Amino acid sequence: MSVISARMLRRQAVNALALGFASLATLTGLIALVWILGTIVVYGAAALGPHLFTRATPPPGVEGGLLNALLGSLMMTALAVLLGAPIGILAGTHLAESGGRRRGVEIVRFVNDILLSAPSIVIGLFVYEIVVRPSGHFSGVAGAIAMAMVLLPVVVRTTDETLRLVPVSLREAALALGAPTWRMVLFVLYPAARAGMLTGLLLGIARISGETAPLLFTALNNQYLSFDISRPMANMPVVIFQFALSPYPAWQAIAWAGALLMTLFVLLLSLGTRAMLRAGKA
Amino acid sequence: MNSEAVLAGAAPAKSGVGPWGDHLFRFLLAAAALMVLLLLGGAGLAIFWGGLPAFVHFGPGFLASLAWDPVRHDFGALVPIYGTFMTSAIAMVTAVPVSFGIALFLTEVAPAWLRAPIGAAIELLAGIPSIIYGMWGLFVFAPFMADHVEPWLTALFGPLPLFGVLFDGPPLGIGMLTAGLILGIMVVPFISSVMRDVFRLVPQALRESALGLGATRWELVWLVVLPHTRSAVMGGIFLGLGRALGETMAVTFVLGNAHDFSPSLLMPSTSIAAAIANEFTEADSDMYRASLIALGFLLFAITFVVLALAKLLLARLGGSGEGRR
Amino acid sequence: MTRSPMDANALRMPDLAPADVVAPRIMIENLHFYYGALEALKNITLALPDRQATGMIGPSGCGKSTLLRVLNRMYDLYPGQRATGRVMLDGENIISPDADVNILRRRIGMVFQKPTPFPMSIYDNVAFGVRLHERLPRAEMDERVEWSLSRAALWDEVKDRLRASATGLSGGQQQRLCIARSIAVRPEVILLDEPTSALDPISTLKIEELIDELKTDFTIVIVTHNMQQAARCADQVAFFYLGELVEVGPAAQIFTAPRQRRTQEYITGRFG
Repeated sequence: MSVISARMLRRQAVNALALGFASLATLTGLIALVWILGTIVVYGAAALGPHLFTRATPPPGVEGGLLNALLGSLMMTALAVLLGAPIGILAGTHLAESGGRRRGVEIVRFVNDILLSAPSIVIGLFVYEIVVRPSGHFSGVAGAIAMAMVLLPVVVRTTDETLRLVPVSLREAALALGAPTWRMVLFVLYPAARAGMLTGLLLGIARISGETAPLLFTALNNQYLSFDISRPMANMPVVIFQFALSPYPAWQAIAWAGALLMTLFVLLLSLGTRAMLRAGKA
Repeated sequence: MNSEAVLAGAAPAKSGVGPWGDHLFRFLLAAAALMVLLLLGGAGLAIFWGGLPAFVHFGPGFLASLAWDPVRHDFGALVPIYGTFMTSAIAMVTAVPVSFGIALFLTEVAPAWLRAPIGAAIELLAGIPSIIYGMWGLFVFAPFMADHVEPWLTALFGPLPLFGVLFDGPPLGIGMLTAGLILGIMVVPFISSVMRDVFRLVPQALRESALGLGATRWELVWLVVLPHTRSAVMGGIFLGLGRALGETMAVTFVLGNAHDFSPSLLMPSTSIAAAIANEFTEADSDMYRASLIALGFLLFAITFVVLALAKLLLARLGGSGEGRR
Repeated sequence: MTRSPMDANALRMPDLAPADVVAPRIMIENLHFYYGALEALKNITLALPDRQATGMIGPSGCGKSTLLRVLNRMYDLYPGQRATGRVMLDGENIISPDADVNILRRRIGMVFQKPTPFPMSIYDNVAFGVRLHERLPRAEMDERVEWSLSRAALWDEVKDRLRASATGLSGGQQQRLCIARSIAVRPEVILLDEPTSALDPISTLKIEELIDELKTDFTIVIVTHNMQQAARCADQVAFFYLGELVEVGPAAQIFTAPRQRRTQEYITGRFG
């Protein structure tokens, strides 16, 4: 008896230890989250102000804001969506609608999943090689192309997944009426999968809004307000990067404010989208 | 309502654009899918092409050389490669147990009402832009490490033979250890969400029969759930590794960008991604730039293999498991 | 699974020509159908009389639904599925690769087991098929939608909310909407694949009455696992077993005096 209960006791102890470790690990994760977000909020809030939205990034020693960076990021994001979303939706549709598990489809799916997790700095290098080097200078267009390449696999994946959730019978019902495939896809499948596809696009936008590495040597930066997408263009991530690593407290303050704005935008967008998705499912 | 009238007036049938429209549509779809393939293939090719001068000029020695001298145009990849692997190793050593613990907590420990909010909070870590990790790392976490952790590590492990050299040096805060720990935090949400998702896929009957035999929660997970989901769990770990290897901004902030080789984890170093991010726009010679692009190609090749492995391992369970942002 | 020899089919041929037969709308001749290597339909020969309802019965996997999906080329969607033989509609072989599938599907409508309302308004659901094939002025389209919904016995229930989403309708209403959508393009034939299996008894009754009503204008083919339904709705009944057409004849004869032993065993519930 005593042997059995000693063994039992040890098993119970191991169990308690493991579950205790699990709780501790979770606590660690939560502490990291609160610590990081808290830092951004404390430092960022101190530097917030309306000047951020009314002035361009300053030279050292002068007051300034983030107007050019905000507008640059906005323009490049919009351009990236215009470039990446249609291709992504079409490619995702191809994956979902090619019927069965054909080898080519599986390969594209595989490659897309790798693109989804590929290091974004490599994408920056790629766009540098194919756009910046041939054209001879950094540009907003190059930045937008790099962002589109980050966005693309997200859209492909969510389009593929949501379209495959649409019941086969709905496709067949449309085709049984004599609809050609393109009308079936455009007027039946897309409306049916609308919520999921939109979610994917918004999550993708959230992701490219925070990406810095692909922009470092594509869009570069621009100290002035510029709407010329064929020239180097200011953008939030690169400005934050350069200002945060600068020795000037005024620049660092702007970087913190920018970091707060960017984090808020990205997290609210992804949280909001997920909430919308859940509400749609319920 | 005159049904006969409606029936009688049958117009001749025409099928819209006809088969022509469908051919065009199919072509567009396939072209877009091909584009996805070409982008990855093209990225590999273009970067290889860009790095080719360095590969040709330095030969295989490029991989084994410690040199990084922009003035004399002598470049080698060993220090960044070492930095990339060491920081990723530190990240995995910390992130894998923590992620497993979180997955365990979310599937076995937490009461049902707590699972969704905590799971969402952990996934939030994946949504924070990496540059934010870098700023936090540089301004908050590195000083914390320098003041509270590193002196202690040096005192504790420094005197040990062999092992001690890893913890040698002044407590600067920035360095491979700090970078690796931050990377660890960044990949935790990816690994833990894969683990949690595949743990949940274990059939309820299997769980119940283990518990019915008197297994404790821990024994259930360690002896039944984990073996059952082994390949997908490995897939999740490789996915995290792929992310850690290629992560740029966070590492760039806290690694110090030093090309001098040092075995100590407390010393500044550099990684492939950080070297490219820091130096690319300043590269003033063609060989300098080619060497950086060559580094990029190495990173591309390494992460491709790691991510492909992850995907294959995940596919075995049939789940699409990847933690989505 | 044994292959049926050709002469067995030859023996069944007389079944196809009851004395009071109406001219066939569709004539199926020596049809074989394959899912990859599996032969799912074996040498089917069957006439579908104009403006009558043909019921197809038989146990699961007997090929009755497969035959339905051959009739409007639904199998085209899936690689590896193919048909040989002839299915004649107005002198044209509709399973030949030359046939225009979209025009064919306009002439042969289909209603599925589960309701398949499109994610759009009730009006747009009904108009969807019409817009594919015809360009109608607004008023005519309104008239067509009303006509279709009326024929599907749904008009009174939805006339005040034509712009509401179709997914908000009840299951039975959705199925009648799908029937309305099918007849709106004014097909010659309507295929119904177990149209009431997902519905409650009252909705089922409405659909059955509707089928009876629709026979005046359309040729109906209905697949059902419910023999009472076949007896109520169909003029001609075909019994399938393991991919073969075992017996076909007037509904009354099939259910009261089947000529084949397997038919009798099935309708008396001894297998299937």
